[in-house]
Amino acid sequence: MKDLFKGLLRENPIFVLVLGLCPSLAVSTTVNNALGMSAAAFLVLLGSNVVISLLRKHIPDDIHIPAYIVIIATFVTIIDMAMQAYLPALSESLGIFIPLIVVNCIILGRAEAFASKNTVGASVLDAVAMGLGFAVGLISIALVREVLGAGSITIIPDKLVFTIGGLHDSPAVVFAFPAGALIVVGFLQAFYRWLGEVTKK
Amino acid sequence: MTYVGIILTYTLVSNLVLAQFLGLCPFIGVSKNTESAVGMGFAVTFVMSLAALITWALQRFILVPLHIEFLQTVTFILIIASLVQLVEMVVRKYSPPLYQALGIYLPLITTNCGVLGIALISVNSGYGPMESFLAGLSAGIGFLLALLLMSAIRERLDTEKVPKYLRGAPIAFISGGLMALAFMAFDKALLANIIGG
Repeated sequence: MKDLFKGLLRENPIFVLVLGLCPSLAVSTTVNNALGMSAAAFLVLLGSNVVISLLRKHIPDDIHIPAYIVIIATFVTIIDMAMQAYLPALSESLGIFIPLIVVNCIILGRAEAFASKNTVGASVLDAVAMGLGFAVGLISIALVREVLGAGSITIIPDKLVFTIGGLHDSPAVVFAFPAGALIVVGFLQAFYRWLGEVTKK
Repeated sequence: MTYVGIILTYTLVSNLVLAQFLGLCPFIGVSKNTESAVGMGFAVTFVMSLAALITWALQRFILVPLHIEFLQTVTFILIIASLVQLVEMVVRKYSPPLYQALGIYLPLITTNCGVLGIALISVNSGYGPMESFLAGLSAGIGFLLALLLMSAIRERLDTEKVPKYLRGAPIAFISGGLMALAFMAFDKALLANIIGG
């Protein structure tokens, strides 16, 4: 149980390990995008962790990085095509950041640091923990950015959208731009450090 | 788009790091001092220009004729990984001093999402060979520029009194954000003015 929650705070991939930043910043303009990205990254992480831990005794050491990349790229392609078929609107708004999951350091990092040394069961648990941590990080960035930058919280576009009076009419647009994203991440990271220290005591 | 337009777009207007969020990991990781920032920047520029050109050829002559465009992600990342390996071997053989300088950064480039990013952007925008090469080259120069500016900021930050929880990466992100704010001055309207829209 403790392992399951390690990704939330102590080993949060985004804020503590500082991994997988590019997609986190780019797609965190709305909560809906953040949810979609977390789900896609989680499925890829789960798939690659399982396959890599199954094959861990058969992949020669010299070529393990290319082998891992091919396995990860295969899952990314599957998710990419599935999303284009079933969730075209989401796929459109995430754009090239779906294929870019291949180079998301979280996934290769977990393959290298965990799945290549542990059993399938432990790797599944690790994927769930890291996926959860990534989702929490991404969604908290998106929440701050969407609330301040657009004055709304979009869970499902056009169907489930909360608007925040006052902010919605005159939002701080800068938070929707790249500049705002970097600033939000900086402050959230500091917040997580503080939180980590407080909960340890 | 004209060649000048492409160069200006990818170095300034859609700067890889500051406007498109690509290659952020090395942007934070390798910007602690100017020397390594320059090394990393040149290595990335080199790989990006070649990768953009080679992936263009791969798309045009292999993937499209065989109707296997869905293998784009898998084949592009393999091309980039082998390209990085090749560059590493060539540099080690022919220019040991350069290898000494760039050596440790080369393997990191494979997981720089900017390289795969610019290859995908070039292909999706339907660029020709020269345009793809230029897009790769100028995106690399834009990356170098951002990394160099960031490293200068961070060297100064080292001597400043930064609040405890903001030290290191968080303050780097916030400074990066302020820099991105400045880069927003380079927008499409400015580009249209320069190249005559």
